[in-house]
Amino acid sequence: MNVLQVFRVAIRALLRNKLRSFLTTLGVVIGVAAVIAMVAIGEGAKAKVAEAFASMGSNLLIVLSGSTTSGGARGGFGSLPTLTWEDLRAMRAECNAVRYATPQLRGSASVISEDQNWGTSVYGVSPEFFAIKDWPVSSGSGISQSDIDGGTKVVVLGQTVVEKLYGPSADPVGQMVRIKNFPFQVIGVAIRKGQSVTGQDQDDVVFMPYTTFQAKIQGGLQKFVPGMLMVSATSADDTARAEKQIANLLRDRHHIPIGGDDDFSIRNLTEMATAQQEGVNTITSLLASIALVSLLVGGIGIMNIMLVSVTERTREIGIRMAVGARPRDVLSQFLVEALTLSFFGGVIGVLIGLFGANRLAGHFGWPVMVRVDIIVVAVSFSGLVGVVFGLYPALKASRLDPIDALRFE
Amino acid sequence: MAESPLIEVEHIAKVYHMGDVEVHALRDVSLAISEGESIAVMGPSGSGKSTLMNVLGCLDRPSHGTYRLAGQEVSKLDRNQLARVRNRTLGFVFQSFNLLSRTSALENVELPLLYAGVSGRERHKRAREALERVGLGGRAHHHPNQMSGGQQQRVAIARALVTHPHLMVADEPTGNLDSRTSVEIMALFQELGRSGITLLLVTHEPDIARYASRVVVMRDGLVQSDRRQMPLVADVAAAAAQAAAAGIP
Repeated sequence: MNVLQVFRVAIRALLRNKLRSFLTTLGVVIGVAAVIAMVAIGEGAKAKVAEAFASMGSNLLIVLSGSTTSGGARGGFGSLPTLTWEDLRAMRAECNAVRYATPQLRGSASVISEDQNWGTSVYGVSPEFFAIKDWPVSSGSGISQSDIDGGTKVVVLGQTVVEKLYGPSADPVGQMVRIKNFPFQVIGVAIRKGQSVTGQDQDDVVFMPYTTFQAKIQGGLQKFVPGMLMVSATSADDTARAEKQIANLLRDRHHIPIGGDDDFSIRNLTEMATAQQEGVNTITSLLASIALVSLLVGGIGIMNIMLVSVTERTREIGIRMAVGARPRDVLSQFLVEALTLSFFGGVIGVLIGLFGANRLAGHFGWPVMVRVDIIVVAVSFSGLVGVVFGLYPALKASRLDPIDALRFE
Repeated sequence: MAESPLIEVEHIAKVYHMGDVEVHALRDVSLAISEGESIAVMGPSGSGKSTLMNVLGCLDRPSHGTYRLAGQEVSKLDRNQLARVRNRTLGFVFQSFNLLSRTSALENVELPLLYAGVSGRERHKRAREALERVGLGGRAHHHPNQMSGGQQQRVAIARALVTHPHLMVADEPTGNLDSRTSVEIMALFQELGRSGITLLLVTHEPDIARYASRVVVMRDGLVQSDRRQMPLVADVAAAAAQAAAAGIP
């Protein structure tokens, strides 16, 4: 018999007991569906995490100044200004793994247009900020180096601020706003950025040159950076190198002896993102392995029914052997039956898994990440389950003695 | 017909081990059967006639002795090779018909050809021819449970015929049939015999053995008697008349 004939005989035998065949394959269906759904959801979660971290800025490091200690109460990172503008300049000049570096000075203020006002966050930044954040303007222009050098009173508005002051889809470029009683000219509007990882509205913000910020919004010692520095490494692989270079530079510039504590702190957001994704990976593999166990259970179900089937059809096996079926014809017939059950179970499982992943991803608001390799692996694995668990019953059938099998009642 | 015997059995024995007990189902049997003969093997139960049939039908191997079938030494073949011999050289007919249920007559007849590797169209053609030869051309698509016992046995004979075997082995072929249908089946066997097919018939009914050209009686694993006879010609019309007289429809 050729493969096609064996397959046709198997299909006919399975269709004779439709309900039983369906119930037998159900274990594999559920197992494969679970694997597909779990991996798709896990990949979606991973993509979501990656997207969130990407929106914070590419290859990002955050440098914070040291902490104050007054009367035993330690103020936490950033409370003691230790980073100087000279540090920033040196960082840009000397660290070759650093692509961009910008201060991010933060304050809050009320922004007043001609007939509206809105309390929002005010950021003092340099032009590099928009490059790090990948956050261009949708109209007008961004903050330029000459704005920094001249300390000009210009602002770039976030979309939410534009909406609150001028109404939706207004273009306020060229208008004047007042912040802390100083007049500022609106030179641009940043594109919509949406929510941050923590759910904050990133568009509820006003940007101005950090020199202007330090002069007009938040005074203080002119030598120090009254906020944090954001640094973008040249590539994702260079973040660790950039971190090291900055640490060495700052320790050197701040004259920290070997063994002394840093008076600054560096956060590597790429590493955090990687760690997060590793976490998601772990959970995904955990769920997928539980799903694989259910696939194995499905395989045992197939074995059970195939054993019942071999016993039931002993006489049929005897007849087939009497008319010339070789033991290996009988073996392949039962093996192909088991394989057909598990393979179709796998295919149906993939369809159900994709459907389920879609629904769940929609429910969680994640992107659906279908991995073709996982589909191939799941279907092949279910086929393998069929072969492994079908082998014993098939061997049992093929080893029957035709005389005994014909006599079987 | 060919002069060299179709079946040559020399001093075969078959010993079964039932735990510690050795059962000598066949002790020492030698037989030569020529092509075209029809042999009825008779004997009480336990005489070894079923074992002889299983060995001659290549379902079982003898413990000792040699068995040549159509010139081929088959007593040392393995299971796969025996299956091939059964497929190419032999046809089986059983007491309980042994058709696959829920499978049409045509497909039942096709079954041996499936294992012989015959292509689909050729299979259909030959299976239809075999069914027509046993007078069931119009019932190709009936299932066994839609047919009478006699018709089922005809399907089984068609299945045995379809590979053009040298030897047809029939194990109590009329055991489940009424006397009139038995005569019809025996008439069919005689018709096949005239076309050159050798028939090995295992039966315990002397009435049936009368239709054979040779009767071998077994007892305690040995051949007790082996005689040729003028076979009775199966007369279907007479059997029908007899049945009518007895009031059987």
